[in-house]
Amino acid sequence: MAAPTMDRSTTAAPATPVQTLTISKALNMGLRAAMEANPKVIMMGEDIGKLGGVFRITDGLQKDFGEQRVLDTPLAESGIIGTAVGLAIRGYRPVCEIQFDGFIFPGFDQIVSQVAKLHYRTQGKIKLPMVIRVPFGGGIGAVEHHSESPESYFAHTAGLKVVSCSNPSDAYWMIQQAIDCDDPVLFFEPKRRYYEKGEVDTTAQPGPLFKSRVLRTGTDATLVAYGPMVRTALDAATAAAEDGTSLEVIDLRTLSPLDLAPVFESVRRTGRLVVVSEAPSESSIASEIAAKVQQECFYSLQAPVLRVTGFDTPYPPSKLEEEFLPDLDRVLHAVDRSLAW
Amino acid sequence: MSSPEQWTHPEPDAAPAATAAKPTAEQVIAGLRATDEGGADLVQLLTPEGERVTHPDFDIDISAEELRGLYRDMVLIRRVDREANALQRKGQLGIWVPLLGQEAAQIGAGRAMRPTDMAFPSYREHGIAWTRGVHPTELLGIFRGTDQGTWDPVEKRFHPYTIVIGNQVLNAAGYAMGQKFDGKVGDDDGEATMVFFGDGATSQGDVHEGFVWAAVYDAPLVFFCQNNQWAISEPTERQSRLPLYQRARGYGFPGIRVDGNDVLATLAVTRWALDECRHGNGPILIEAFTYRMDAHTTSDDPTRYRLSDELELWKLKDPIERVKVYLVRQQWADQEFFAGVEAEADELAENLREFCVNMPDPPAQRIFSNVYAEGNPNLEAQRDEFLDYVSGFAGGEH
Repeated sequence: MAAPTMDRSTTAAPATPVQTLTISKALNMGLRAAMEANPKVIMMGEDIGKLGGVFRITDGLQKDFGEQRVLDTPLAESGIIGTAVGLAIRGYRPVCEIQFDGFIFPGFDQIVSQVAKLHYRTQGKIKLPMVIRVPFGGGIGAVEHHSESPESYFAHTAGLKVVSCSNPSDAYWMIQQAIDCDDPVLFFEPKRRYYEKGEVDTTAQPGPLFKSRVLRTGTDATLVAYGPMVRTALDAATAAAEDGTSLEVIDLRTLSPLDLAPVFESVRRTGRLVVVSEAPSESSIASEIAAKVQQECFYSLQAPVLRVTGFDTPYPPSKLEEEFLPDLDRVLHAVDRSLAW
Repeated sequence: MSSPEQWTHPEPDAAPAATAAKPTAEQVIAGLRATDEGGADLVQLLTPEGERVTHPDFDIDISAEELRGLYRDMVLIRRVDREANALQRKGQLGIWVPLLGQEAAQIGAGRAMRPTDMAFPSYREHGIAWTRGVHPTELLGIFRGTDQGTWDPVEKRFHPYTIVIGNQVLNAAGYAMGQKFDGKVGDDDGEATMVFFGDGATSQGDVHEGFVWAAVYDAPLVFFCQNNQWAISEPTERQSRLPLYQRARGYGFPGIRVDGNDVLATLAVTRWALDECRHGNGPILIEAFTYRMDAHTTSDDPTRYRLSDELELWKLKDPIERVKVYLVRQQWADQEFFAGVEAEADELAENLREFCVNMPDPPAQRIFSNVYAEGNPNLEAQRDEFLDYVSGFAGGEH
């Protein structure tokens, strides 16, 4: 069953193509554009209909597209993912919202055992073009299970693709590209950055989804980050520049497959790499980057690859999250260590 | 304290459950097995002795030809099962999952489906596969380790075997929701979905969630639970206090227990359930009360956990023998017919054997194929590196 391709020609162009939007609003508009472009795109999740989602990412969609395309589902994550699999087999393109990062685990079995493997098991006879949206990361003063960074579990699982947006323009385009993708995509949204603003050109031609991007060029060391830590890395680069240190900042954007060519190219120039991530460091995305960079850039490295991450603990009570989460100072401290090596 | 019968058949106006005393272990077992010999709530149309009996709610008008067809189906799939079991013993298959004893449950359910209906199997559904037009040779690769099922699930409307217990119930619920969203439910031409699972699976969260989803979305889904009494070594009383079909009441849809060794009753009940679903009255739970006559798999040893007298009792309820008796008594089949089916079974077994021993091992690059629909450059690099390594050995093999 060939899924209909997205035809944006029928989507009316907004009056002002370049708008200043929050990440939250950009996601909302991206989802709306995807639903307009393809009637097979449906939304599934808890409280995403009438309420518009606890973060309002799906605000107004049920009103405009109906209850059969924006489903307030029963409250069970395995059910959301497991039924989305069946709907995808039937020809739909489900976009599942997991309300908070820490609640994805009841759906973990379906994601790892079915979502990731059905294409392989059937040697391509079944495609699962579904997106699982996950607001992730900490910094919002929440209770337990609302601040986690579970992306490594999924990047470790063959058959899944994993991306994370860091700004409104990427939010708008990447969510549409993820929905357009014939592979299942885990889409990690930086929840503490939901209300940060940026320019979105809704008429632009977006770059490919599974590519990293150099956001700031520099010569002394390279910072790699994704999702909520991109803002932290950019702030660190601005602060370092005041002290005369030139940092290159790369937004990873895609966590699986990793697109490290821009990172290799950068490290070959700077000789130094600091990877920044909220997730615990053991066996993480940051670890994988460190391994691959030492393999590809061995003779260019002037210091070991350093990781600035959350600690290898459960996410702490929120009064401790400022200490737990990498911040500008910890990033700069790592840069200093790298430069002093 | 209520009797097992009262306890397992609560009336709507009975005292609240909280005031009822906890049943004893004996009462639970009595309730689960109350209909071993065919109680009031077991739908049966053909007794183990081959007598046609009536049921107030279900009946079937079946022709001689149709019944001969069901008999043939059951004999052939049993022969496939025994042959595959033997192939495992000879080292040609890594493992086999026997269906022995469950032929009527599967052929009855499978033959109730239309080509436009969709089936989601567990991993013991060789009889369902047969009714969906999946040739038994297409099952072998899963157990020989050459593939993970080669049939086209879209064309056959038969999902791949699902090994994680209960996962497929949610997938089926979603598919059935899609049938409804597509406007394919509501009249005689409607579509329905059927999902197969066992007594052990009823303890899984995914099965519970599947019941919830199908109920709140009025999905055209028949939950077909083959209660074969054993989840590897664990009896049904390790899964439930309540007869399994009665669980449906808690979710707000009908649950029916059918004699799973009676192909006529299974066909009648399943046909009714699918029709209800295609008309928009789903979902429905069917508990097919049957027995796993062989081991869980060829790696299992049932003598460690169950008594042979139980097996002997169930031998008397053989699903095929009762049909044969009835066909003979009705003079709907003669010795020539039975001999013809046997010859066909022999030929099928021979073909299966021949096919199995000649199955080639897959090429090494199969490890990497179709992990993604749209590819992954990192994986492709890993594949090329590995193939390059392999090709470095003399003759390209290592």
